Amino acid sequence: MFNKKECVAMLLAGGQGSRLYALTQTVAKPAVPFGAKYRIIDFPLSNSINSGIDTIGVLTQYQPLALNEYIGNGQPWDLDRVHGGVHVLPPYQKASGADWYSGTANAIYQNISFIDRYDPEYVVILSGDHIYKMDYNKMLAFHKEREADATIAVLDVPKEEASRFGIMITDDNDNIIDFEEKPKNPRSTLASMGIYIFSWAKLRKYLIANENDKDATKDFGNNIIPDMRQAGERLVAYRFDGYWKDVGTIDSLWEANMDLINPNIPIDLYDPTWKIYSRNPVLPPQVIGKNATIQNSMVTEGCVIDGSVEFSMISEGVTVEEGAVIYDSILMPGCVVKKGAHVEYAIVGEDSVIGENAQIGARPETIEDKDTWGVAVVGHKINVSDGATVAPKAIIYEDM
Amino acid sequence: MSVNMGNVLGLVFANMHDMTVGDLTKNRTMGSVLFGGRYRLIDFELSNMVNSGISSVGVITKDNYQSLLDHLGSAREWDLARKKGGLYILPPFGNASASLYTGRIEALNGAMSFIRHSLCEYVVMSDCDVVTNLDYKPLVDAHVESGADITVLVHTGQYTAEDIAMSTVFNKDESGKVKSVLIRPQLSGYCTTSLNTFVMKKDFLIELVSDLIARGQVSFEQDVLQTKCGELDIEAYEYDKYFSKITSVNTYFRANMELIDPKNASQLYLTKRPIYTKISDNAPAKYDLDSSVKNSLIADGCIIEGEVEDSVIFRGVKIGKNAHVKNCILMQGTTVGDDCDCNYIITDKNVNIANGRVLTSSPEYPMYIGKGAEI
Repeated sequence: MFNKKECVAMLLAGGQGSRLYALTQTVAKPAVPFGAKYRIIDFPLSNSINSGIDTIGVLTQYQPLALNEYIGNGQPWDLDRVHGGVHVLPPYQKASGADWYSGTANAIYQNISFIDRYDPEYVVILSGDHIYKMDYNKMLAFHKEREADATIAVLDVPKEEASRFGIMITDDNDNIIDFEEKPKNPRSTLASMGIYIFSWAKLRKYLIANENDKDATKDFGNNIIPDMRQAGERLVAYRFDGYWKDVGTIDSLWEANMDLINPNIPIDLYDPTWKIYSRNPVLPPQVIGKNATIQNSMVTEGCVIDGSVEFSMISEGVTVEEGAVIYDSILMPGCVVKKGAHVEYAIVGEDSVIGENAQIGARPETIEDKDTWGVAVVGHKINVSDGATVAPKAIIYEDM
Repeated sequence: MSVNMGNVLGLVFANMHDMTVGDLTKNRTMGSVLFGGRYRLIDFELSNMVNSGISSVGVITKDNYQSLLDHLGSAREWDLARKKGGLYILPPFGNASASLYTGRIEALNGAMSFIRHSLCEYVVMSDCDVVTNLDYKPLVDAHVESGADITVLVHTGQYTAEDIAMSTVFNKDESGKVKSVLIRPQLSGYCTTSLNTFVMKKDFLIELVSDLIARGQVSFEQDVLQTKCGELDIEAYEYDKYFSKITSVNTYFRANMELIDPKNASQLYLTKRPIYTKISDNAPAKYDLDSSVKNSLIADGCIIEGEVEDSVIFRGVKIGKNAHVKNCILMQGTTVGDDCDCNYIITDKNVNIANGRVLTSSPEYPMYIGKGAEI
């Protein structure tokens, strides 16, 4: 028997992320590169350790290879612990048979024995597709203070955006009295951030009951929360007022990257008290060449930049040759952009090569029909030949 | 002849040549001198040993080694946190009344129990004054092949008097056998200089050290290489890869600047043989709207709002609006205020230059500003 842990985090990282198209063909969404030197999962992992939660189960299912290798023994996040630490939890075969994770609640259900080993009072449920800095310990203190059975983190969103989220309807004391999934006419503007704290004994009971219900979809939003509300358990909303962004789509992934270089957006990666950790690639410092111009951008180790870079995020080991132009774009690790190529409003996947004078994407002001404009995407390990053109909004899966 | 590199013990001398770079080693060892934007000099020696398959390394220190201990930590970053072998830090051995060692032989004598306990057959010794990406395997293979007592790594080429003033110079015959040795001679031109890396059999080294200690001799260069040159078989192994040897503040400055050119950097930073260093979890470098950066090395964690040209900028440096930084080396945590003008300046860690300061020196004598100074 292990020693007791007060709080264990379970990170749902098994989603396919199908709305990221070419970027999640071969990697799970949480392992998608973000913010020049991070991967999306660095944010919940760093938040956990910075909040003092050192025991985390990462539930993986879809394309887990890159993610497993990235997490490794958890050392970059200080999660290589004698007791606790980070554990990757894929579905496994049991005496009763083998099952894939069929929903978010089912994924936790299948790992009840993992959580039980630490005998926790509380469990935090996190997901691997949000960019934010948050102290879960404050949320836990709130959960305890309110003597809640479940606490759901919420963000007050503008009314016109509310119909994109799961909306919590609360009384004057932030007790959750009802909720709606993506409502047409939202009755509240408190959107669920997909971050839950449960008292483990209660959650355990509802997970088992849900599993025995043949018709259930085995999902937190659809089953566990409604079941708990119907049974009269105490559900409270925890208001968060910092930066938070779901990066589930191409547009939101692009926007969240650009937010990092927007001085008006409150997410500070340079705060020494709340560092975001990542696995280090072991590369030399970036070399900025004689012909380079770089403005309003982030660039990291191992890059060789000799072209023009503006409003862009350049990940490790990227080469931008002389005369190449990168505007408002995201270059993922190991990309090469050859001489004279233009990359504008685009995301270029890992280890892809953009040939000489190729044109990837375009600025919105150059397009007459605005409906045809969007961020262009080149997938991972793609070769775009010299002089080729990738239209705005196009998604490239194969060499061209 | 192919040697199993697991059978080779690495010894790194962290404090040798401390005196050559002046104030850079005021608060630290030569091995912990900051270099190339994100490294310390010892990173190159340790990475070379690890990448060559050496898995047991002793680091011999003398004084001022706090920064070195902090940098090395558990040595995990160099993959030297091992159950078998790994990194050993060997501070001076002795009691409070004993004085610190003065020569390499004394230093080795202090580390003798570590060396004796090693199961390795061969020893590679290296200082921290040469920046290169060196594969020790061909060197050790050549040593075994030749049957020499000592093999020294050398480079033959054109040298200035300034370079030679701090070096050991060899005369060798065509086969590479060392005929005579000059220590810190006053000369310049075409000659063969030591890269301060030596290969020996472990048992030979143990015997050599105890013999010299009994005679009160402490200098490896003088009492072994020079004096025993006729008696021992000393072979020179010519090194033809890219390297920089740091013999003064000027050569330190030049060695840093050389790496801005990708032609040089690509010979030092090899994909298959990476240079490891301590991780500091900085965010990427951020270039602001009015920044302009040309021909420079920039490390992560920097926030650049002004202009930078022909400079090496270490991790976490902040350069203010409308500041002009040219031909500078700014070490970790330096802050350059708005409207500053810096030319040929080396700042040590955490130097703070207030708004509007103008600091200029010349290429012949870059100005060094000590750790934590407020200007």
